[in-house]
Amino acid sequence: MTEKIVVKDLYKVFGERPDQAMQMINDGIDKDEIFDRTGQTVGVCGANFTVHEGEIFVVMGLSGSGKSTLVRLLNRLIEPTSGQVLYDGVDIAAMSDEELRALRRSDMAMVFQSFALMPHLSVIDNAAFGLELAGVDEAERHERALAALDQVGLKAHANSYPDELSGGMQQRVGLARALANDPAVMLMDEAFSALDPLIRTEMQDELLTLQREHKRTIIFISHDLDEAMRIGDRIAIMQGGIVVQVGSPEEILNNPANDYVKSFFRGVDVSTILSAKDIAVKRQVTVIEREGVGLKTAINRLNKEDREFGYVVGDKIDFHGVISIDSLDEAIKAGKTKLSEAFLPDVEPISGDTQVSDLIGTVAHAPCGVPVIGENGKYLGVIKKANLLATLDREGDGING
Amino acid sequence: MFPEQLKVPLGKWVNQFVDWLVINYGAAFEAFADSLLTLLVALEQVLRGAPWWLVLIAIAAITWHASKNWKLVLGLVIAMFIIGMLGLWDKAMQTLALMIVATSLSVVIGIPVGIAMAMSNRLRAIMLPILDTMQTMPSFVYLIPALMLFGLGKVPAILATVIYAAPPVIRLTDLGIRLVDPEVLEASRSFGASRKQILFGVQLPLALPNIMAGINQTTMMSISMVVIASMIGARGLGEQVLMGIQRLDVGAGMEAGIAIVLLAVVFDRIGQAYGKRSQRTPNTGDAQ
Repeated sequence: MTEKIVVKDLYKVFGERPDQAMQMINDGIDKDEIFDRTGQTVGVCGANFTVHEGEIFVVMGLSGSGKSTLVRLLNRLIEPTSGQVLYDGVDIAAMSDEELRALRRSDMAMVFQSFALMPHLSVIDNAAFGLELAGVDEAERHERALAALDQVGLKAHANSYPDELSGGMQQRVGLARALANDPAVMLMDEAFSALDPLIRTEMQDELLTLQREHKRTIIFISHDLDEAMRIGDRIAIMQGGIVVQVGSPEEILNNPANDYVKSFFRGVDVSTILSAKDIAVKRQVTVIEREGVGLKTAINRLNKEDREFGYVVGDKIDFHGVISIDSLDEAIKAGKTKLSEAFLPDVEPISGDTQVSDLIGTVAHAPCGVPVIGENGKYLGVIKKANLLATLDREGDGING
Repeated sequence: MFPEQLKVPLGKWVNQFVDWLVINYGAAFEAFADSLLTLLVALEQVLRGAPWWLVLIAIAAITWHASKNWKLVLGLVIAMFIIGMLGLWDKAMQTLALMIVATSLSVVIGIPVGIAMAMSNRLRAIMLPILDTMQTMPSFVYLIPALMLFGLGKVPAILATVIYAAPPVIRLTDLGIRLVDPEVLEASRSFGASRKQILFGVQLPLALPNIMAGINQTTMMSISMVVIASMIGARGLGEQVLMGIQRLDVGAGMEAGIAIVLLAVVFDRIGQAYGKRSQRTPNTGDAQ
């Protein structure tokens, strides 16, 4: 994957004498003490992360954790105190004003929590705002703005004014304004936080749809874990100006770096975030179906491991079926020889992408652990009632332990 | 009794300064005064030379353009008509010419100063007390230096009027720009707007309702000052009031007073209608 934005040792100090505060940071003094002693606020402290091309990268944290400052450092609405922001390898922090304006006009667009539309301009002129700044002539910018409005479903309101629209519609205009420039990177600062929950979900879906059509790099600021989990390919969690953890939603959920990160997940419905493959366990007895492995061999193996059920796979670990000691006995008595003739008829494997919330019934009613398969029927493991309950309980540290 | 030796001869210093100005820059002041006078005389000739019904039609047209309200148009035309019926038409046109020149000059000076104040906190800190002084100083006081620099007549009257009337438009331009939503400014910057683009594309259009209110107040203040300026030889309705005072002719003073009020009402209503329209222009043809 191409590295689109690389943030290296990025710091922002708000105050009269940032050099003094930077010195104290280097001496290992924490930010509360720096504030007490100098009155200066450390907004972002030593951020390091990489955003890949085409992904939705969510920066999450409570208010005051520095996430809004961080996103403004990326397009230099706020000047960094030290460090680098590399965009396609070019340091934004070192750009001249001219280069910076060109970057903002063509490559990086921003969507704001409060929409920040121009109240004196019609919807279409709002959507064309960035193009107008870039000096695009009126016919072309209206055409492109209209195309962008069409993408967010607001073409019919092109001649309305922002105050005639609902909040959700206003933010669609904000989105269209950003899309009209056809930017490679979109910075979204709590873009949906001011909307009511139903509209918020709708907008998230719309963003994901847009993202399927054009793979843009999106940096999305949020304080809402559900939102982050829903749309984020990867998530960075900020605490007190420090990026404490970066990873995929599952990684963070399974291995939270500290109690702060853990605290985000309290009250979160994990069953909608995790899928079958995340909680499948590979500790069951598997029997590889090949020449020379018959019913007897299988029954010996199960007895030796003291298990009642076995999972039969092919030589490419592709799932074939489930056997039990009883089914093997019956097959032997009936004079059968092949493993496939001893498969339990009522155990169907489930797909690895099934959400945990959708498989509770299946697991609860199955006689044995339910096998999970991935692409091409690959065996991924088994979900038993016990590990499903542990997952839903979430009090255990990690699911696979 | 306050000790005599602690008295600061401020009055003497100011006199010396004004004398120095007159001696060293008298020619420059005269050239400036001449160009202003040429402008004013031309305007006065147009207004006084035009037939009265043409002026009424012009006022009706401007009012219609500003308000699209025929009741207001009718009301203002009647107000102007009454001025004519009081026999003060010619004097009202003289006052109008003075007022237009003074207001235009105030706006031309005031808006850039207001913009500069909005951009710089330091300039604002310096300007605010100066503006307070300009507004609270009894207006007769700066008739004197204007008189010394430019002599009797219309030019010092205009300058005194500008000093008195410019503060509202300066203040409200500054205020209007400062009241623009910082988020909107941030959004403009995030899309790569230069400072010039932000000023002309965002700040001024959004400050326009406040600026219009400032221009309206400036217009009102220049009407009142133009009347006072008749004391240093400005012609017009004020002259009539002054005459009323000198001769204890209550009736003449009353007539002139009513004419001034009517003139003020006409300009206030036109100014307000433009101010209201500038708040947003969704359905009019000139909204780009």
